[in-house]
Amino acid sequence: MKYATTMIIGAGIALLAAGLFMPGWLTFLLTLAFAKGLVVMGLLLLMRAGLVSFGQGLYYCLGAYCVGIAGDYFETQNALLLILLAVVVCVALAAVIGLLLCRYRDIFFAMFSMAFSMILYGVLVKSSAFGSSDGFNVKPPLLFGWTPTGESGPFLAYGLAVVALVGVGIFVWRYLRSPMGYAGEAVRENEIRVEYLGASVRRIIYTKYLLAAAMAGLGGGITALAAGHIDPEMAYWTTSGEFVFIALMGGVGHAAGPVIGAVLFELLRTYAFQISPYTWQMILGISLLVIILYLPKGVWSLVERVTKGKPL
Amino acid sequence: MSALLETRSLARNFGAVTAAADIDVTINAGEIVGVIGSNGAGKTTFINMVTGYLAPSSGEILFKGKSIVGKNPRQVMRAGICRSFQVAQLFPELTVLDNVLIAYGIMKHKILPLMSPLATKANIQQAEQLLEEYGITSYMAETVVTLPQGVRKLLDIALAMLRKPEILLLDEPTSGVAIDDKFDLMDTVMRAVRKSGAAVLFVEHDMEVIARYSTRLIAFYDGRVLADGAVSDVMNDEKVKELVTGHHLDIDYEQEVQHA
Repeated sequence: MKYATTMIIGAGIALLAAGLFMPGWLTFLLTLAFAKGLVVMGLLLLMRAGLVSFGQGLYYCLGAYCVGIAGDYFETQNALLLILLAVVVCVALAAVIGLLLCRYRDIFFAMFSMAFSMILYGVLVKSSAFGSSDGFNVKPPLLFGWTPTGESGPFLAYGLAVVALVGVGIFVWRYLRSPMGYAGEAVRENEIRVEYLGASVRRIIYTKYLLAAAMAGLGGGITALAAGHIDPEMAYWTTSGEFVFIALMGGVGHAAGPVIGAVLFELLRTYAFQISPYTWQMILGISLLVIILYLPKGVWSLVERVTKGKPL
Repeated sequence: MSALLETRSLARNFGAVTAAADIDVTINAGEIVGVIGSNGAGKTTFINMVTGYLAPSSGEILFKGKSIVGKNPRQVMRAGICRSFQVAQLFPELTVLDNVLIAYGIMKHKILPLMSPLATKANIQQAEQLLEEYGITSYMAETVVTLPQGVRKLLDIALAMLRKPEILLLDEPTSGVAIDDKFDLMDTVMRAVRKSGAAVLFVEHDMEVIARYSTRLIAFYDGRVLADGAVSDVMNDEKVKELVTGHHLDIDYEQEVQHA
């Protein structure tokens, strides 16, 4: 356990150090990838319990809007405070919506979660105060009074993303080995037995939903700080679909899966767009198809096969 | 003997169909009660009502003198009534060890911890002891879907026994188990039950198993209790012979009891 924690922290320090020498475009790309990785780590908790949410865009977008609105309307630019606010608001909303969603499974859970996400999308598109479909710009963040400028501008959001990734990564890694983590798999396998062992299935799913919302809010908040612009598209169902896409790509067998998936996704999308601006989605689709066919447990399973000496 | 479980005029209807009616049953501490009846006689409905899986349409269920009607399976189980299932209810894609660890994890904590590890040395050791008690240690690393039916049944019962229940309800413990293995399975279960001192109510179609292990017998027919009493009395009851067991059985009940 300590070894893994040390490894994750070590990887975080290495990423931070690498960030100092990276070109700006790569820093930005990785920041967005890590932010999405955070959202997908939350999705991983749900997927391991057999629940696929097509509505994580709700909290991703809400987290981003919390950062934007608080910066604009309450004159707050403290990055940590803004992100904390994003997480708190997302968890508060999830605490209400989760009460309903934890009663549903399979396609109903997926569609209900998507419906709530689309409600937020609809509200934002019609809200001229928040820029309607164009969204609005987010003020540059501050960290303990320091305003990053020039080259160090993107580094602040990148640094925040890496620190958040390390924190959430350690949490998820430990969580998956905890009784609550195992309980998720138990719920996926047999709800009746879970109830007859003395645990509430709904409470387990509710807890996972809250955690997933917190992670999505965190990812959304960091994206808003990194991109400097937010719009309702973040709540659109295709954004939520993107998270599921990343989860399938990276795999949900390990906490590292979503991060690998997110980085791969962002790189693929960037290069696919460069190579073929009009059909880049097709390249992404074919890539996912290949991964599903040959690595049904995601790219992470490749790492697992190599480290455990299994045949490729 | 003191009554642990008592049902009074228990009934359950599914629309116009009466699955159980006027069930008055008392289970005393330490008793091993067999339940027989043809398919659809209301045996599983009775177990489902007692364990909170089904709400009774009317009637009362008392556990140690207190009503447990309206309680959900979790509450009933925490009160001290545990059960196994006709089709073993396990986590099929997980290993036997993981199944037991999950059960321990849930049993030990009312609120499941988010960060502390489950597969600790102490927990694994405890799981190994449990599996040893049921003679299935060699299957520990195997995935449940690959297990023989008898091992699944034993694991299902082992998980039910984890909480050290005061009453254990077994729904057809030997169904689907090879003929040669049924007595081994029941011997293992009864050894564990005797050690814990729990009362047992088990539904069974195999009359040899019933005769060998029960101290009392209840016969169900058409959702009602047809007979309740000593095994040989119930088996020799004319109505039971006619409606439940048939006249062809040739089992020496006294001798079977001596085998147990």
